[in-house]
Amino acid sequence: MGTVVFFVFAILAVASAWGVVTSKNIMHSALYLALSFSGVAVLYVLMNADYLAAVQLLIYTGGIAIMVVFAIMLTLRGEISDSNPENGVWGWGAIISVLMFLMIALVVLTNTDWRVLPTPWTSGGSASDISLLLLTKFMIPFEAVAILLTMALVGAVVLAKGVKVSK
Amino acid sequence: MSLLNNFSNLSVGLTSYLLVGAMLFCLGLYGVFAKKNMIAILMSIELMLNAVNINFIAFNRFIWNQKVDIHYVLTGHVAALFIIIVAACEVAVGLALIISVYRNRKSTNVDEFNWLKW
Repeated sequence: MGTVVFFVFAILAVASAWGVVTSKNIMHSALYLALSFSGVAVLYVLMNADYLAAVQLLIYTGGIAIMVVFAIMLTLRGEISDSNPENGVWGWGAIISVLMFLMIALVVLTNTDWRVLPTPWTSGGSASDISLLLLTKFMIPFEAVAILLTMALVGAVVLAKGVKVSK
Repeated sequence: MSLLNNFSNLSVGLTSYLLVGAMLFCLGLYGVFAKKNMIAILMSIELMLNAVNINFIAFNRFIWNQKVDIHYVLTGHVAALFIIIVAACEVAVGLALIISVYRNRKSTNVDEFNWLKW
């Protein structure tokens, strides 16, 4: 059962990612991106990371994908059916990506330390376990990332809207 | 040959998750190299960050929990959470930059952005 679910959603995620990089219509690319994120969220559930799956759906599928769609609609010019073209060196990009994948796959498949089968999981993964870790061991990075998020959002507003110079 | 042997006993262990992560990462890499539209490049970067998250959670699930202090057992989840937050920051600033550049140049094609060339 778990195997079937894994393969269905892994293929969904990878095929949608393929659609993101090959689709000629950039709006289709953005919607494939949301689908790929949702497939990955199901993989998180299979790995007992329930909280991360919820965060993935909320932030990636609900936030980032929708923000990308808005940016596309704000910057679209010309014919939408050819809005996402390849540049002149896409062949080199394809060769480098395939070589990179072959190298990673070779390392992953030949490393015997990583040939681990699933064992029963007893250590949680829910919001309460992660919050315990976030508010004790990782408190400083947690606060730092909160400041980073605030600054990035203020900076995004300033960049997109511009500031009036005060007298 | 050992590689073919490994293929035959591939089950849904760590290896499968790492391969899914590698595929997503390389598709994102291809998109960064091959696309003209700035927003498409940003989407490819998001794919790559997502693939790294899969790796973090897979290693946390399959390797980290076996012989480690119970208080650190979800460290991979915390790392993935931080990556998600940084990705959200990055996409917010990136899209704001794209809109700002578009306002000046009326284009999102990276091949046309050569101000810094002399």
